[in-house]
Amino acid sequence: MGEFRDQSDYYLLDPPHIDELISVLRGLGYSVIGPIVREGAIVYDEIESASQLPVGLRDRQRPGYYRLEERGDKAFFGFVVGPHSWKRFLYPPRFKLFTVSRKGEVTTHNVGGKKMAFIGVRGCELAAIQVLDKVLMGGPYVDPVYSTMRRDLFIVAVNCTEPGENCFCLSVGTGPEVGSGYDLSLTEVVGDGIHYFVAKVGSSAGKSLLERIGVRRATGDEVSEAAARMEKSRTLFRKSLDVTGLKDLLYRNLESPVYAEVAERCLACANCTLVCPTCFCTTVEEVTTLSGNVAERWRRWDSCFNADFSYIHGGPIRSSRLSRYRQWIAHKLATWIDQFGVMGCVGCGRCITWCPVGIDITEEAAKIRQRELEVSAT
Amino acid sequence: MARRPKIAVYKFASCDGCQLSILDLEEELLAIGEAFEIAYFLEASRAVVKGPYDIGLVEGSITTPHDAELIKEIRKSCKVLITIGACATAGGIQALRNWRGSAEFMKYVYPKPEYIETLDKSTPVSDHVQVDFELRGCPINKYQLLEVMSAYLAGRAPSIPNQSVCVECKLRGTACIMVAKGVPCLGPVTHAGCGAICPAYGRGCYGCYGPKESPNSKSLMKHFIELGKRREEAVMAFRLFNAWAPGFREVEAET
Ligand code: SF4
Ligand code: SF4
Ligand code: SF4
Ligand code: SF4
Repeated sequence: MGEFRDQSDYYLLDPPHIDELISVLRGLGYSVIGPIVREGAIVYDEIESASQLPVGLRDRQRPGYYRLEERGDKAFFGFVVGPHSWKRFLYPPRFKLFTVSRKGEVTTHNVGGKKMAFIGVRGCELAAIQVLDKVLMGGPYVDPVYSTMRRDLFIVAVNCTEPGENCFCLSVGTGPEVGSGYDLSLTEVVGDGIHYFVAKVGSSAGKSLLERIGVRRATGDEVSEAAARMEKSRTLFRKSLDVTGLKDLLYRNLESPVYAEVAERCLACANCTLVCPTCFCTTVEEVTTLSGNVAERWRRWDSCFNADFSYIHGGPIRSSRLSRYRQWIAHKLATWIDQFGVMGCVGCGRCITWCPVGIDITEEAAKIRQRELEVSAT
Repeated sequence: MARRPKIAVYKFASCDGCQLSILDLEEELLAIGEAFEIAYFLEASRAVVKGPYDIGLVEGSITTPHDAELIKEIRKSCKVLITIGACATAGGIQALRNWRGSAEFMKYVYPKPEYIETLDKSTPVSDHVQVDFELRGCPINKYQLLEVMSAYLAGRAPSIPNQSVCVECKLRGTACIMVAKGVPCLGPVTHAGCGAICPAYGRGCYGCYGPKESPNSKSLMKHFIELGKRREEAVMAFRLFNAWAPGFREVEAET
């Protein structure tokens, strides 16, 4: 746990400081986005004060199941991840790219210069943003929308002291502590009459924010307490993905019988890809008016589970649900590595929770491994 | 200005809701009138311009021997034939009789059923003639109709995605009510188009737009049972406006 070794960088925030942090960021011109409760789930939206946070709530998750419940304490971040991910803000679901008039005038629409601050970014989510950075800004073709949204981003990350039932970041190395790339990270300590946040500085912007709020340094005991909570967190995981030789395993087993079984259950509804914080596929559509004087080009999220996604002249390449599921899991866990040098899965568990029929990527990968062993044993 | 394309709007067995969606395009009606010649639309005007027509919009299902003949005539007089709504594209709610035949129902409804001349089944227009485009919905989404008409004028394919309603839930940011509240929802097997209105109000999708491409109704039905529905109730969830559409109609037999 190298995270908590050097104590000089740690500060102590009391609960009211979180509200101050939000108002200072707003004062600096940031649109502050954080977790709030809506329609029985914790989603991300613009917030104005800490009172909007899901205080004292926890999210119970199982495959295809999600419920909020009272924790019995006043924790600010006592839940994990919900149906939204930060890509909703960095890579909007629908975006008008440009408008063309009949005379040929082209107006491109780019994002307004509003700076965003994300509150409560988890380890898996920070890793997901870094995956998107590689995909959308890493090569010669930089996505203009994403890169603009990303530019002035301020990240307040949160270490997960209690992983959710579908979380498996530990096994893919993205959590439960946040890695690098944040401005501030918080570890919440709550219980037995105590409630504070141990903050770690990740950037000069993060440091000057804390100075503005005027917080003191954390004591050695406070830092050790935070470290102990994170040590405990690592023992609480119930789900894992065995990544040993995973890429080659999937390549060797493209005809695994597991795919036909999963296709029996899979609805090809695309929920898994749309909740995934790293799935980036989009389509473009042209919209014209009746008069034909104006045409617009819109970009919107698409998914490899949609038939039209692989449509070429003559029909879709992946018409069966089997081939779509295989495309998805193989991309997330294998071909992504060849393309971008990292796995496309950060272990957040969203696809497991929000799949209506509870298809579990870790279980399917394990089954493929198991089947191969069985076949080679016979 | 070039000749405006002539449109005819026809009605078969239906509630008129889809035709009303056209009239409901209040803001755009003027532009529609400028772009098209509304040649035959009895719901809107008694004035009729003779065919042939460039576009025929057909609402309603085929339920009588007379319908079955008339639709062939209409097909001949329209260059492009577009069916609109669940009745025309799937047989409509009235296709519920298809499981029992019409004789028994007529007995309950009409004092003298022998006066009624009807077919045993209510069927979509595409069972009778070649259809160029099917616009789904009960009723149709008027903006999708506008898109079909604009696409026709521009000579491009209409952008009417055949994916699930779930995609629309996710685009608008609704948390899935099936997962977060345990409400049975037909969204995963239903064709997009409404913008996922019902889930946004906490109600499961009723399947107004019929089956999406490659729907897995069998798996969803199983899940409804896991959520606590009895098997008969789970089947009934599919027995609505699009009950007779392939993809929904098999649920009973399959499982
Ligand atoms: S996957 Fe890990 S980092 Fe992500 S929410 Fe769960 S415990 Fe936190
Ligand atoms: S594949 Fe699933 S677990 Fe992995 S990052 Fe995407 S949503 Fe999370
Ligand atoms: S795996 Fe689940 S969420 Fe993904 S398409 Fe299949 S049924 Fe839908
Ligand atoms: S509420 Fe219904 S339509 Fe929306 S995502 Fe869930 S299952 Fe799909």
